[in-house]
Amino acid sequence: MSEADGGTAAPAVKRALVAGHADFAFGLVSAVDLITGRGDTLLPIQVKGLCGDDIQQLLRDSMLASGARVIFTDLQAGSCTMAARKVLRELGEGTLVAGANLPMLLDFAMSSDPDAAAAARQAAERGRAAVSVHGATT
Amino acid sequence: MTIVLNRIDDRLIHGQVVVGWGQPLDVKFIVLVDDAVAESDWEQELYRMGVPPEMEVRFHSAAAAAPLLDAYRTGARPGILLTGDIATMRRLVEQGGVRDVNVGGIHHRAGRTQHLRYVFLTLEEEDALRGLAALGAVVTAQDVPGARAVPLEELLATREDA
Repeated sequence: MSEADGGTAAPAVKRALVAGHADFAFGLVSAVDLITGRGDTLLPIQVKGLCGDDIQQLLRDSMLASGARVIFTDLQAGSCTMAARKVLRELGEGTLVAGANLPMLLDFAMSSDPDAAAAARQAAERGRAAVSVHGATT
Repeated sequence: MTIVLNRIDDRLIHGQVVVGWGQPLDVKFIVLVDDAVAESDWEQELYRMGVPPEMEVRFHSAAAAAPLLDAYRTGARPGILLTGDIATMRRLVEQGGVRDVNVGGIHHRAGRTQHLRYVFLTLEEEDALRGLAALGAVVTAQDVPGARAVPLEELLATREDA
């Protein structure tokens, strides 16, 4: 249930996992929830203190338990990304988007596309395009 | 090339290594020593994709790496020597001339006790680290460059709650 709606709706289906360094996942998912009320479609994964094998197992178990087949991670070189790539290879299915940002997750959370992988690809483009720089150049 | 950091990190190539150490030390290459990765083309490709294009990654087994380390240490380009466990680093201390060991990440696993936020050790692993010191290596724990390097005895004496 979303923090934003305060209602009694049934728990939303998890469409994706979000994993990254420190509190990255919980921070982004809470922001998505605040803005859209759809944070409950994302499952934040906390990996502090875990070795690579345990991160891999946590992601695998979370995917299988939740049914989600999309993973968003923060950094291409990060341990969550490495572990996620191994899990996807092992399972033979799923979509990984590395380099996630808030605009990307907002687009994904608001997507009505029933194909989560397609929604993730669309969201990745949105997230990439949402970066801008302002101010005087030197 | 020269080796500016000899690191034990069970996550191998990841953010702290590539960005946290790699950028301030201007690291141009990583020597990843791991018997399993050395035999897996797929894992090597995985780790290569995790580093920026200007950073080179070389993969070796422990046996193959030891005689190559002198050559890696003689050049001008800075690099990181990386192993995923203590036993592999021990071989490089014994046979490869490694004299400084950075314990950068040995994470939670059943049977390990937490010493620092990023260091969990079994009793056998504690002894293994003492063994590195007994061989003449200076062993410290430090996850990122801005953190304090924790001396081995302090590391082993420290206990933190999970």
